[in-house]
Amino acid sequence: MSDKILMKGNEAIAEAAIIAGCRHYFGYPITPQTEIAAYMAKKMPKIGGTFLQAESEIAAINMVYGVASAGKRVMTSSSSPGVSLKGEGLSYLAGSDLPSLIVNVQRGGPGLGGIQPSQSDYFQSTRGGGHGDYHMIVLAPASVQEMAELTVKGFELADAYRMTSMILADGTMGQMMEPVSLDIDVKPSPEKPWATTGTKMAREHNIVNSLSLVPEELEQLNFKRYERYKVIEENETMFEEYKVEDADIVLAAFGIAARVSKNAVDEARKMGIKAGLIRPITLWPFPKAPFKAAAGHAKAFISVELNMGQMIEDVLLATESKRPVTLCNRAGGMIPDPKQVLNSIIEVNGGIQ
Amino acid sequence: MHYKRLTILCGHYGSGKTNIAVNMAYDLRNQRDNIAVADLDIVNPYFRTKDSERDFAERGIRLICSDFASSNVDLPSMPADLYSITDDKSLSVILDIGGDDRGAFALGRLRDAILSEGDYDMYMVVNRYRPLTPDAMSTVEVMGEIEAACGIPFTGIINNSNIARETTAQDVLNTVAYAEEVGKISGLPVVCTTVEDRLYDELKDKISPLFSLTLQAKLI
Repeated sequence: MSDKILMKGNEAIAEAAIIAGCRHYFGYPITPQTEIAAYMAKKMPKIGGTFLQAESEIAAINMVYGVASAGKRVMTSSSSPGVSLKGEGLSYLAGSDLPSLIVNVQRGGPGLGGIQPSQSDYFQSTRGGGHGDYHMIVLAPASVQEMAELTVKGFELADAYRMTSMILADGTMGQMMEPVSLDIDVKPSPEKPWATTGTKMAREHNIVNSLSLVPEELEQLNFKRYERYKVIEENETMFEEYKVEDADIVLAAFGIAARVSKNAVDEARKMGIKAGLIRPITLWPFPKAPFKAAAGHAKAFISVELNMGQMIEDVLLATESKRPVTLCNRAGGMIPDPKQVLNSIIEVNGGIQ
Repeated sequence: MHYKRLTILCGHYGSGKTNIAVNMAYDLRNQRDNIAVADLDIVNPYFRTKDSERDFAERGIRLICSDFASSNVDLPSMPADLYSITDDKSLSVILDIGGDDRGAFALGRLRDAILSEGDYDMYMVVNRYRPLTPDAMSTVEVMGEIEAACGIPFTGIINNSNIARETTAQDVLNTVAYAEEVGKISGLPVVCTTVEDRLYDELKDKISPLFSLTLQAKLI
């Protein structure tokens, strides 16, 4: 019997969270991620977990705050407009150094937008989303298998660095069905001596809070947090390189855009154009090193995105603007097809050689 | 295949109902003139029979479907011409019902007319490789929930077990016993096994009856 099963991306996230030991899910339905909540609603009661449909996204993120304070693996999921509502809670989680997993299966925006896939929350995810100086670890899966694996990884990183991990997927990733192996190794949740689990009169009480009354102390907290972020940037950056070594034209794309781009790279190669692809898997921390290295030999970069050009700014920063970077994009719920990306490569290359 | 006037496809979401509905419609079109596909999915706004609208028009298959399917309007809406399914007795219809019991609620609206006419088959589409129906008992449980939601008893099982493009003939053969077990527990026949057309030749002498599917989904 095949050891794989057929899953939707959203289901893979839900099942992987359960495999990772998450027993607490709070959410509010929104297309295109509703299957996560539906799956949790079916599964959690059978395994002694909690599924709770909150009265709003804001309530759900604050329930996440509560469970995270108690030291348990916990998650919520939503789509773009719902994640905006969670913004305040994300900032409070960061300010309290709490580990949690947030899923954003993006849809076209801004505003209520539409239900078709998008990557237009790149800025929101990598630059904050809520207020204040903070980051989330942002993971961008490009297959249903990665939806599962990065969910487990997200919980592990969140616990290791006491911060929020976000799965930044898009509607296609959430809805598409692919074979998945759920044979995934999980690092158990570490000891959390800071958690508010009751003193049993045996220790000083723990306080989880994001309020700081002394500015000097708040400054020190920010400094310390950013030292931790530096360690993450050094140790946890993930990316995939595809035919980059000898590439003249290097594409940058994540998620569904990377799958389209890979096809375009193959087509370009058939025409004799040396194209390659760098696929960031962590969007924060952004994989600067491979872009910097590629800027040494590549003639130009193309950022392929389902938005009006957001990651392109990180590509410009990472390549230190040594080479031209152009945008190949669709927006509002549309996906670039391999032909559009190929045309972009041909154009940048100065026509077919 | 032999078709009653109404062929109703239910099952767990993602079990393959829509692809089967499209292929059954093509098969039925070869047998009869006045046919329709009715898309009564109120759960999922994606992967709808509406995606085959142009194909249907070319083949003279009527599509009974909400105007909002496959659009940005994420509304659980029913087709405006819903009642022609039960009122127009000259029409043969393949009904594509939304996933699980929640999807089947929409079908309940037509229950009285369907049961009093009595010219229907309702098939449970099963996929052993889907996470929430990995064995016969869990599948029969979902069947019970669907029947309770729509008030219409199933008449047969369709085994559509697959893991998409990676499916091998052996993967399908390995699910025959599972489908028979579902049939045994529920007391219903396995009316056919459905496979992607690329596997049909390899399996046609091993599984009977076997129904070939040309997939409508566009893959990236």
